[in-house]
Amino acid sequence: MQTFPGQTFPGPDAARGSGSPSAAGDPVLLETRQLSKQFGGVHAVADIDLHLLRGELRCLIGPNGAGKSTFFKMLSGQIRPSGGAILFDGTEITGLPRHAIARLGIGIKNQVPSVWESLSVYEHFWIAARRRNGARAAARLTDELLSVLELGSVAGRAVGALSHGMRQWVEIGMVIAQGPKLILLDEPTAGMAADEVERTAALLRSINRQATLVVVEHDMQFVEQIADLVTVFHQGRILIEGSMADVLAAAAVREVYLGSARA
Amino acid sequence: MAHFLVNLIDVLFAIASLGLLSLGLAIIYGMMGIINLAQGEFIMLGAYTVVLSANHGLGLWAGIALAPVAVGTLGLLVERCIIRFLYGRLLDTMLATWGLSLGLIAAVSLILGPTTEGVGTPLGHFTLGGYAVAVYDLFVIAAAAACVALTWAIFKFTKFGLIARGTMQNANMVAALGIHPPTVYMATFAFGSALAGLAGAVMAPLTGVVPTLGLAFIAKVFITVTAGGTAIFAGMLGAAALLGAVESAVSFLYTPIYGQVAMLLVALVLLRIAPQGISGLWQRRG
Amino acid sequence: MAAARLNRLEPCLWGGALVVVAALPAVLSIYNVVQLTVFLIFCLLAVSLDLAWGLAGLLSFGQAAFFGIGGYAYAIVTANGAMTLPALIAGMAGAALAAGIVGYVAFYGQVSTMFFAVMTLTVTLILLQVMGSTAGPSYHIGAAVLGGYNGMTSIPGLALEVPLLAPIPLGPTGFFWTVGGLLIGTVVAGRMLMVTHFGRVLASIRDNEHRTELLGYDVRWRKLAIFSASGGVAGLAGVLFASWGSFINPEVFSLSQSAQVVIWVLVGGRGSLYGAVIGALLVQAMTQYLGSIGTAYTTLALGGLLVAFVLLLREGLLPALGRTFSRSAAR
Repeated sequence: MQTFPGQTFPGPDAARGSGSPSAAGDPVLLETRQLSKQFGGVHAVADIDLHLLRGELRCLIGPNGAGKSTFFKMLSGQIRPSGGAILFDGTEITGLPRHAIARLGIGIKNQVPSVWESLSVYEHFWIAARRRNGARAAARLTDELLSVLELGSVAGRAVGALSHGMRQWVEIGMVIAQGPKLILLDEPTAGMAADEVERTAALLRSINRQATLVVVEHDMQFVEQIADLVTVFHQGRILIEGSMADVLAAAAVREVYLGSARA
Repeated sequence: MAHFLVNLIDVLFAIASLGLLSLGLAIIYGMMGIINLAQGEFIMLGAYTVVLSANHGLGLWAGIALAPVAVGTLGLLVERCIIRFLYGRLLDTMLATWGLSLGLIAAVSLILGPTTEGVGTPLGHFTLGGYAVAVYDLFVIAAAAACVALTWAIFKFTKFGLIARGTMQNANMVAALGIHPPTVYMATFAFGSALAGLAGAVMAPLTGVVPTLGLAFIAKVFITVTAGGTAIFAGMLGAAALLGAVESAVSFLYTPIYGQVAMLLVALVLLRIAPQGISGLWQRRG
Repeated sequence: MAAARLNRLEPCLWGGALVVVAALPAVLSIYNVVQLTVFLIFCLLAVSLDLAWGLAGLLSFGQAAFFGIGGYAYAIVTANGAMTLPALIAGMAGAALAAGIVGYVAFYGQVSTMFFAVMTLTVTLILLQVMGSTAGPSYHIGAAVLGGYNGMTSIPGLALEVPLLAPIPLGPTGFFWTVGGLLIGTVVAGRMLMVTHFGRVLASIRDNEHRTELLGYDVRWRKLAIFSASGGVAGLAGVLFASWGSFINPEVFSLSQSAQVVIWVLVGGRGSLYGAVIGALLVQAMTQYLGSIGTAYTTLALGGLLVAFVLLLREGLLPALGRTFSRSAAR
């Protein structure tokens, strides 16, 4: 599969600097301070202090219920934090409405595919790209994405008629077309076959040249392939952070979470 | 002093009648999340039960006793024939029940005639200071309180109530325990309809009974139920208290129509503050 | 490949429709022309609902409210001495403003779709009661007496008002052409809107508003915009209605009227604007036939239609026919 053409990826506004590590200014793109979320008596997320550098490809791992999706939803404005703060590119975004956070440069693909059933694949990418680009640029971007993601043959079909795996791809493509500085992907390979997982890994590495990525995943081989750093969540808190090797070697992680088998 | 008491009775009456009229829909809304647009017609049919009962020699009180049975049975049929096919489709349920509402109004017009019927208000008056107060008003207040208390007791102390509360919170869980949620929905819808019939029957002596009677009540009932939220007792009762008081006050100062407008405005402000209704205010503290 | 495009044949359809509208008065009796005019006015009302419901997924149970406000505003303004064209504008503006207020409260207040439907219905019912209670000469706006349930009469018909010349009243034929032209014009404008960026974003809002927001689109003002426009078009229909009959009364706010608008769009099929027109024509033909038997029968039939379509043919006639044709074409 084609690697993603760097210059066509709709990076963030030039004035704000691209996602690459060489951008001038603060290397920290995202910072959370004591970020928490309670549902009734349950602490879904408790006191998370996380630093994310520009250009990173970070993976979040941890058992189900560890708070990863809730964390993502707070970052993207879908859930209001109970406490703490989120700073994105120097701006405090805690409690801002969803669309405002998206405009600042955060894109998210939630766990459950969320698409527009009656609209075509083409339109998904086009609408996503069109917000920040003119009609012709949006069309060009859409064509490129269709070819890179190898969805050209279904471009005109309503996404509601597509398989689960293809819907995932469409949504990932939409988020790419949005052109964010930070892309959050919640289990992007869920339900994918092995070869699709390979393609996704290559795609993510390619996108990483233009955007910072945080990926929640359960597939340890996949994580090993792509991650710079890994953060392990457990019961709403960060258990440990480090390279994949460090994390897998840590006794604490072994105790708490043995993910999909290492070959 | 007497003046104050008379005003107090008026306000209590407004709250009580609003609560009584809304209780049925509050249960249906709390259980299934749907707004039954034919609820006004269930109220109307309850009122007609009293009218028919009185006009055929059975008397007013027999009519009030019969109404919940009659309308509850109709509710059961409606649930089985229409609502059941639309679970989860909230707007479609509203559309279908709206169609049912039109159909019921038309059917009653054709069968019973479109003219206004009435039954006299029983029980007479008593005097308080210089004012005459209808004893029946007190009956309405008592009936409302009794219905709410009885319903609360059913939900809290009986097996059915427990199952109903469980289904409201988590239908899948209840299903995993071997109970068929559609059966619970059917029973709840019938129960909510029966309550509407009873409310209509109780209110019948106080108003002219026409096929379009429901329309006079639904605006108020919808506003109360949606402002109350899904917690039946804390939410709806709170909303009935607040909105009933507002309506009664504004109606007294101006006209009943401004009373309704005031209700709507207060409800909108309330929902702006608490999108889940009064229920949300309770739940957030928890 | 491109985003949604208009069918290449559509402009032919529009042209054909214009020709038909132009030619009909030559073949129909005056009575039928007048009758057809009010049918077309209601088609316009149906289209107004489809603009909000079909394009953006905003189901308003109270489209009749904006219809009535438009008509009453026109009556009130003309009764106070204004010319008919400014009054028409006032009617549309008033209705659009009312829709804007309702929409603002709903969309910026993050009210649920269900409560939005209930809210719009409640507003209409309250308007019915308020306008119905305005009997007596003390209820007036300027020189316009509101008339309670009896409504307002002697409303001047739309006239062609050119500066410096005397107004030219539109006869039945001229009025028919005006209404037909406005209906076609609205449908054309709506169809063209559907394929713009704004229109596609509205479609995405209809399908999954959450997803659209996550891309950075502020859905609130977009919903408000289309809802206000839909209200304005309903108001235009109201103005035309008041002008057509020289009369308006609170019946325009009735539950029956509100339900009919929804039924027209439901039966015809929402989202294409053509479905709304077809649904309105078919159901009106039915209600007119039944109305000669008795209004209760009309209400009964409307109720039955609503239940039947929701249960059995939720998408409406036009989409269902479209599917049947494409299936048989594929064979």
